[in-house]
Amino acid sequence: MLTESQTISRSRQFGKVCGILEKYAYDSSKLIPILQLVQEEYRYLPEEVLVFIATSLNIPPARVYGVATFYSHFALEAKGKYVIRVCDGTACHVKGSMNLVGIIQEKLGLDDSRKTTPDMLFTLETVSCLGACGLAPVMVVNEEVHGQMTKEKTTAVIDELIAMEKGYAAGN
Amino acid sequence: MPQVIELNTIAEKYKKSVEDIERRVIICAGTGCMANGAQKVHDAFVKYITGSGLNVVTELRTEDEHKGIHLSGSGCQGFCQMGPLVTIEPDGLLYVKVKPEDVSEIVKRTLVESQVINRLLYSIPSTGEHCKGTNEIPFYTRQSRFVLKNCGLVDPENIDEYIFLDGYAAAQKAYLNMSAKEVTDEILKSGLRGRGGGGFPTGRKWELTRIQPEGKKYIICNGDEGDPGAFMDRSVMEGNPHSVIEGMMIAARAIGADEGYIYVRAEYPLAVKRIKKAVKDAEFSGLLGENLFNSGLSFRINVMEGAGAFVCGEETALMSSIEGKRGMPAPKPPFPAQSGLWGRPTVINNVETLASVPLIIGMGADAFRKIGNEKSPGTKTFALTGHVANTGLIEVPFGTTLGEIVNNIGGGVTNEDGSLSHEGFKAVQIGGPSGGCLTEEHLDLPLDFDSLTKVGAMVGSGGLVVMNKQTCMVKISRYFMQFTQNESCGKCVLCREGTKQMLALLDDIIEGRATTQTLVLLEDLAHAVKKGSLCGLGKSAPNPVLSTLKYFRQEYNEHVINKWCSTKSCKHLTAPEIDPLKCKGCTVCIKKCPVGAITGERKMVHKINVAVCIRCGACVQACKLNAISGV
Repeated sequence: MLTESQTISRSRQFGKVCGILEKYAYDSSKLIPILQLVQEEYRYLPEEVLVFIATSLNIPPARVYGVATFYSHFALEAKGKYVIRVCDGTACHVKGSMNLVGIIQEKLGLDDSRKTTPDMLFTLETVSCLGACGLAPVMVVNEEVHGQMTKEKTTAVIDELIAMEKGYAAGN
Repeated sequence: MPQVIELNTIAEKYKKSVEDIERRVIICAGTGCMANGAQKVHDAFVKYITGSGLNVVTELRTEDEHKGIHLSGSGCQGFCQMGPLVTIEPDGLLYVKVKPEDVSEIVKRTLVESQVINRLLYSIPSTGEHCKGTNEIPFYTRQSRFVLKNCGLVDPENIDEYIFLDGYAAAQKAYLNMSAKEVTDEILKSGLRGRGGGGFPTGRKWELTRIQPEGKKYIICNGDEGDPGAFMDRSVMEGNPHSVIEGMMIAARAIGADEGYIYVRAEYPLAVKRIKKAVKDAEFSGLLGENLFNSGLSFRINVMEGAGAFVCGEETALMSSIEGKRGMPAPKPPFPAQSGLWGRPTVINNVETLASVPLIIGMGADAFRKIGNEKSPGTKTFALTGHVANTGLIEVPFGTTLGEIVNNIGGGVTNEDGSLSHEGFKAVQIGGPSGGCLTEEHLDLPLDFDSLTKVGAMVGSGGLVVMNKQTCMVKISRYFMQFTQNESCGKCVLCREGTKQMLALLDDIIEGRATTQTLVLLEDLAHAVKKGSLCGLGKSAPNPVLSTLKYFRQEYNEHVINKWCSTKSCKHLTAPEIDPLKCKGCTVCIKKCPVGAITGERKMVHKINVAVCIRCGACVQACKLNAISGV
């Protein structure tokens, strides 16, 4: 059973989805932009929201699920507060991007199957190319691009984020 | 009643509003420079210029008249390695690697006292000679910037400036002075070929769509630049978005379309932002919408962001994606020209192709044909990256040799630590995961569509990744295989399963499990995947493997037969070595080794038994004298 406050927050959440659906006039051909906006809202695509979208657009949930799983940008699981994306495009790869991945994994206690830290702070991903090849190897934290990364620079970026989070926690 | 746009009036107004500007400071605001702190440099300029009592204009409004110094951002200027770049006009100065701390000096000495600061100029690594501006830097002087000419000069977020530089004049000419057939014929005559990879003649594509029965037609701009190691389209969209819109308007005029889509990769947030702004500005000025140039024709553009699928760069997959479906390719025929987006005749062109169109209409097909060579006229932008001194975005006429690009424009091959290498390069990967590699025997090969196809590579979208002698080619081909295997949409069995098996075979080679039979199987499978796949992704996925097998067979054999990777990149095929000059015989490594592979007496040089060693690297970490290497 959901508590009353949970029910209210649920309907509020769907309220936002409704707003997005209205923006695209419930047009099923706009499924991708709809999912993009929904993901921006929730940081991932919760299953019940996908079903809700399918029902609203009058298309089978399988089609929504099919699109959501086809494109790599859509996440079906919640991501951390900081999404670290290490570019593994050709230029970054030849300049040692996979070493960066190793350093970050070790630092955050992650591996190839565990991509998000248990405290939901960090998610580590690799992307095929960010198009900033001149700065290889490149790492992006949320929207911020860090170029020409070395072991030291990588560690420093992550340490800074951890320190900032500790500061928040202490402040609260 | 929408107003009819007067390009001349806008250009004149713009000219008048900037007449009293003494200097322009242009900061490169491409992704590369932004990541290196261009925004902070910009903010520092505002602070110090204001502080020095000069007037600074950061936003040009054509209605106003401006005085003092105009500070603006530009698109990618290509010299990403040296960013953030700051250009000062009319002095023609280019300052490189500018930090916020340098700005007060620039303002004081250059803007106020008109002096040159030598330390911020680019200096040629071999001679140490300072270059004042782009007209002296070999990286720029050896290029011929055609499509990229205005990237880095024009403010991408200012439509008036684009119009001032003759922007939209070609579109006006196409809508008012030319018929649809004349526009198509002009492009056909120019010999323009698609810059996205295939090299299909653009004019043919337009002609096939133009002759379809009248009705709804679409023009799509393919900005889903997914090749790892390529960023030409990104730079054009970020640096000169209006040229893409103008190209689409002309294409729409030629084929009779009234609606267009720009499909941009979501990994390029800045390109998305600038394209969206450019479309909005063009709509606001009456350049998009109803009754363009009073011709009675209308044209609208929608911008759509991709959602991260490499295969969507393929035209039929891209259309599925716009329709809100999984981006899977469809068999051709029917070609998009007959039945494309929502079953309507559609033209899909690459960003760079479309950006070339206004220039061709402006200069005429004959003049365009004089650039480049017979079968591949015009220029091509390449993203030059990897182990090369000057990484960045370059543009050269078709037919330029590989040697010219790598050694002269690129400034030579570098080692892992960035220092110049005198060994030359091992390979240049061209065309990304669909292309192949070129070696030193191709130094004099003119780069164009046909000569590259002949040697088993392709222009592709234009990524050029230079690899030095320390690069393991087997690992590189594994890297590309991993990429295509990941991005295979799963529709064709041979692409879906074949790439997976090819990847497993490459892993066998890298991890020392392969036999000579593995190579035979790998090659057979490569040809099968090529034959059994529907779209370009699968058809070209085996290319990197086939091309490395062709040019680096010896290296594969070394891995397979001798179980040895000479570049020491493949961990399983290397062994740790103890440097006898550094080893003092402290026995720390002996104690650390979990399998007892290291032997030796105290104060004697230790030895590693390679057959027992599991390459865990514990000894390397344990040695305080850095005497052990190789794992």
